[in-house]
Amino acid sequence: MKRLLPYPVLAALLLLMWLVLQQSIGLGQILLGGAVAVAAALAASAILPGRVRFRGLTSLLQLVAVAGIDIIRSNIAVLLILINPRAEPSAGFIKMELQLTNQFGLAVLACLLTATPGSAWLEYDGEHNTVLIHVLDLADKDEWIATVRHRYERLLLEIFQ
Amino acid sequence: MIDELPLWLAILVSVCVVVGAGLTMAGCLGLVRFPDFYRRIHAPTMGTSMGGGLILLASAIFFTVTEQRLVIHELVIFLFVTVTTPVTLMLLARATLFRDRIEEARETEDGSRQ
Repeated sequence: MKRLLPYPVLAALLLLMWLVLQQSIGLGQILLGGAVAVAAALAASAILPGRVRFRGLTSLLQLVAVAGIDIIRSNIAVLLILINPRAEPSAGFIKMELQLTNQFGLAVLACLLTATPGSAWLEYDGEHNTVLIHVLDLADKDEWIATVRHRYERLLLEIFQ
Repeated sequence: MIDELPLWLAILVSVCVVVGAGLTMAGCLGLVRFPDFYRRIHAPTMGTSMGGGLILLASAIFFTVTEQRLVIHELVIFLFVTVTTPVTLMLLARATLFRDRIEEARETEDGSRQ
């Protein structure tokens, strides 16, 4: 059982995704989706860097809420810069050190920062554990770093480490 | 399956679609308007985050009501877009960083020779 299903949660999520995409919970779809999910989870075990140790459901929900609010806020901020013909956004790079080392946590942080208009995750340096971020409207470097630390990294540390 | 949407719902769905499409459009215009590569990468993100999100939300609400069952596969689209954007972004950004660093190094080299 362990050899056939090395990642049961991953397989279950894949099956769920299959059923949502097929928009059906017929027996045929469950069997077909189940076979695909088991095969895909087996294939994934060859490339996954490790098992996801996942805790803190409240932290996760908090992270989703924080990210949602920030995406809406920064969409409005970037829109305001765009429609103002005289706006001169002071774009700049930030190199910040991270405490987060878990690969899945880093991936989530990269997705979050990139999904927020106005900030983009450019380059991660695993040796020094630093990340290069580009910010469209950089007013205060230290404040920005503090925001990433307190709003995202703290929650990700609780969830993944 | 119902044929006619209630008015308030039609308005809600329309607002979501129009605002989402408007944000995506603004993002595309920003791609043209911003002066350099690093600033340009921020504009299209509006389309992949809130712009696309609102259009997908409108789609989910519309089909959930008209087909009278829960339609949520739009959520999967949103997840995939969010997860795949950083991959291409990092590829482009790191290529640009690499080029910029080489050009910078070459320029300082030329400067020291003269």
